[in-house]
This record gives sequence, structure tokens and C-alpha cells, in this order.
Amino acid sequence: MARALIHVPATARRGEVIEIKTLISHVMETGYRIGVTGKPIPRDIIERFVCTYNGEEIFSAKLSPAIAANPYITFFTVATESGTLTFSWTDQHGATQVQTAEIKVE
Amino acid sequence: MSSHQKSRRDVLKVAGLFASGGVLLRLSVREAAATPEMMRNAVRDAIGEAAVSKGKVKLDLPPLVENGNSVPCTVSVESPMTAADYVKAIHIFNEKNPQPNVISVRLSPRAGRAEFSTRIRLADSQTVTAIAELSDGTFWSGTIDVIVTLAACVEEPN
Repeated sequence: MARALIHVPATARRGEVIEIKTLISHVMETGYRIGVTGKPIPRDIIERFVCTYNGEEIFSAKLSPAIAANPYITFFTVATESGTLTFSWTDQHGATQVQTAEIKVE
Repeated sequence: MSSHQKSRRDVLKVAGLFASGGVLLRLSVREAAATPEMMRNAVRDAIGEAAVSKGKVKLDLPPLVENGNSVPCTVSVESPMTAADYVKAIHIFNEKNPQPNVISVRLSPRAGRAEFSTRIRLADSQTVTAIAELSDGTFWSGTIDVIVTLAACVEEPN
């Protein structure tokens, strides 16, 4: 679907609160803009973002057209154990992009 | 002399008509945007009829925004984020974009810190509201007034 950038610390101490930064390239077309043809440009947005940590959901968001193009979301989680963080973005047509990041917890 | 005054009155009447027409036009343009009423409905859809107290929620946006297309926005909620006391959800609403909803996020005690950031669109100078739902069933809100000089949704596409 698009290019996604994720920043997760490669290593963390057990119990440390870590910041996770995500960005995905997407137009987030609101459906309210008028195109060069004089017709409104159809709405095309990412509606849902979910982050799981070793399969357990730790953060989710419901997005609207009021989110700027190339949705950027940062949030926090407690580094509990080494494993995989999975990020998924789903657009209004149901297409999902999944990206993963590894973290080592000492 | 009297005819002179009459014509002056007529001129004023016509001017008044134009002025009120201008007001009507402005009102009809405004209807394209969300209203505080629409925002209240959106809040009701998100959290139901629960009472919302002021406090605990901090919204961080630049008070003066040059470009409404991308406004950095951070919400933080005072909470220990333990299994017994944590923030379940945070919703952001606005008054004057075409739609009142901005974003709704769900958190768990595993977040460690009840805070997130994103970039939002603002169509006009307005008040942005964030409402947090806590694990004990209470709701808290915070607001911020933002002045927008270049509104989102108005520019032509490239």
C-alpha cells in the first residue's frame, strides 16, 4: 500500500517505558476538496491503526479525515519481554498494510 | 428637502438589505462546517450520556497555527497507568472542521504512560477538545483554543 516508517528502540531494560513512533505515507484525502475537474476528490483515508506486542494489542486508533496526510502517530509502551511489535494500518477499502519491528529486552 | 431625505432613507434601506444578505450568505457558507451542536452529538456517540469533568487531560497544540493542514497535537492524561487505575480511551473532537471527530485511541495499562501524539487538520480557528475515559468509569476533558491563519481543505490540489 505505502511506505511506512517505524521507530522502536532496538534494546530496552525490562519495565522501561519506551516511545514508539510510526509514520505511513498516505494522502488521507478528505473528500471535501475540489479537484481540477471541478468535482470533489473522492474520500480515501486510513481508518484504523493497531499495534500488538507479541500478539497482545497495546494501542489502537480510529482515524478520521481530520488526520493530516501521512499519518504520524507516537505512543508509549512498557518493554515487558523480547519479541515482535506488529503495526497494521487499514484503509477504508479494507486493504491492510502490516509492518513489524523487533525489540530486545534485557 | 423632504424628497432629498426620502432618497437618503431609500439608499440606507438598500444598503441594509445588502448587508443582511451578506450575513445570510455567511451563515449558509458556515453550514458546511461542523457546529458545536454536531460536536456534542459526536461526543454522545463516543462516550454516551456520561458526565464529563474538567481536568486531568492536557492538550498540547501550538496556540498560533500557520498551516492548518498539519498541526502537531499531543494529548497526555494524568494517570498512574496501573492495572487498577489506567486510561482506557482518549477521543479528540473539534468544532469547525467538516466533521467533529478527529481521532479515538484505546490504551491499556501496558502503555505505561497515557500520552500520544499525531498531526491533525484544522479548518478554522477553534476550540479543540480531548476526552479521556478512565478505568474507573469516569470521564475527564481538556480543551485548547487554537488560531489558524491558513485553513486546511481550501487549497487546490497539485
